[in-house]
Amino acid sequence: MSASELLDLSAAAAAQALAAGEVEASELFDAYSVRAAADELNCFTWVAPEDPAPQLAALQSGAPLGGVPLAVKDLFCTKDVPSQSGSRILEGYLPPYTATVVERLQSVGAPLLAKTNQDEFAMGSSNENSAYGPVLNPWDRTRVPGGSSGGSAAAVAAGLAPWALGTDTGGSIRQPAALCGIVGMKPTYGAVSRYGMIAFASSLDQAGPLTRDVSDAALMLRHMVGRDKRDATSLSFPHEIALPSAESLEGIRLGVPEELTGEGIEAGVLGAFNASLQQAERLGAKIEQVRLPHAPHALSAYYVIAPAEASSNLARFDGVRYGLRVDADDLVGMYTHTRHDGFGAEVKRRIMLGTYALSSGYYDAFYGRAQRVRTKIVEDFRSVFERVDFVVTPTSPTVAFELGAKTGDPLSMYLNDFCTVPMSLAGIPAISIPCGLSDGLPVGLQLAGPAFSENALLDAAYALERTIGFDSTPARA
Amino acid sequence: MIDRDEVLHVAALARLRLSEDEIEPMARELSAVLDHVAKIAELDLEGVPATTHVAEVTGRLRPDEPCESLPREVVLAQAPAVSGDGFLVPSPQA
Repeated sequence: MSASELLDLSAAAAAQALAAGEVEASELFDAYSVRAAADELNCFTWVAPEDPAPQLAALQSGAPLGGVPLAVKDLFCTKDVPSQSGSRILEGYLPPYTATVVERLQSVGAPLLAKTNQDEFAMGSSNENSAYGPVLNPWDRTRVPGGSSGGSAAAVAAGLAPWALGTDTGGSIRQPAALCGIVGMKPTYGAVSRYGMIAFASSLDQAGPLTRDVSDAALMLRHMVGRDKRDATSLSFPHEIALPSAESLEGIRLGVPEELTGEGIEAGVLGAFNASLQQAERLGAKIEQVRLPHAPHALSAYYVIAPAEASSNLARFDGVRYGLRVDADDLVGMYTHTRHDGFGAEVKRRIMLGTYALSSGYYDAFYGRAQRVRTKIVEDFRSVFERVDFVVTPTSPTVAFELGAKTGDPLSMYLNDFCTVPMSLAGIPAISIPCGLSDGLPVGLQLAGPAFSENALLDAAYALERTIGFDSTPARA
Repeated sequence: MIDRDEVLHVAALARLRLSEDEIEPMARELSAVLDHVAKIAELDLEGVPATTHVAEVTGRLRPDEPCESLPREVVLAQAPAVSGDGFLVPSPQA
């Protein structure tokens, strides 16, 4: 197989070719490391040395993934490989251990190809908050790839990696997947261990796949889920993740929430979304209007809860145990100077917001209320799922926007998460698949289901993906 | 509206130094975001419990048994400053 044929294989197809002995793992790894090293989009913060021998030697024979290289978001700890979470404060940090989910994927035959660029500490929706520079969208290099898993999304869309691992707190897998024309999935909260993920907001953070198609997402997720004794919030997944095979949506009820499909969504995005709903109907799905009355308040609750948790999680960056230290005469001076120099503007904003919301006199009005709004959102979804199988929305209100367009206005940047945040607060699984183009740029469609409905969700997404027939090659050309 | 004094108070709580040119934009941006999120004050949430965890599980504790931890020198290798077998920091009362 030529290098370009190798690079065209989906991850699942590559795993098959490896298992059948048609391709050597080293050949595949070489093809990708050469391609990744030539990256012009700033997708990566680290690329594996070209000689994969040590990693491949560790491959167990018969490992299910057989050596399909994996790109991993910077915020996953990888032993002796820089893990900086897109931040200056962790520049050059070499963790002494590897995140559980990365370890699991490596152990079934997914060697580490690269670490991907991201918004600092996963705070952002455009990848412009990275201390290591913005990532460019392969569909149009003057535009953002989305965020915070922007490097992972752009790398997969551009064919620089077969697939990538990302994390999603309020949309950080789904939104960049949408803006780059690929598949991205956030699993049920607790399905995947968070051990070794540099934390942003612990009650929301979940790792998930960014892939070229739905089958690849299922294949990666199969090897990610499961209880980990090192993460007390992780759960045993009730069944194996199956590879999707559904060809129709017969008997499936899709709920379209009016709160997330009207005002604030770009016309071109709504156009592609509505066209996909018609295709879903032709596949046999029943489309129903549903209400998520508290969804419009999800963003407000999220921008209290997530910064509150972040302000606590990021207290560990104090110049004592790892990362940057800026010297000062006394201890508190060392803390405050280190954090001033080490954190970027958005991270400082979120720490301030979270500290304010948790501070005496404001706690009940902000954090306390936000946690009760969260309960209402959980209840909204619960009652909708009594009537329909899945909720369906556009993933992002807009297509990829120009670099710099929203950096001056944090609130307008936060509005990118409008359609993805409600599912995060409810802890339910959601997948974004490309559903068409608007002005030549990809549009994402989001399907969300009840907790642990991953298999049904993947099946529905798969049936829809086949019918939509989205062509992702322009981004890889 | 958050004023300069409040910004400095919160920054002190967060152990975050802000340079002079960061203070005014921070006040403005925090105010804009807080004005937006304050909309949740309009909701009737009487009697609604707070979400503490989205998954309906009770705490599962592992047995409290000693197990191996990282070797001291491996942990100290990433520290900006060490002294003997510990982390070195400036005096709290310089």
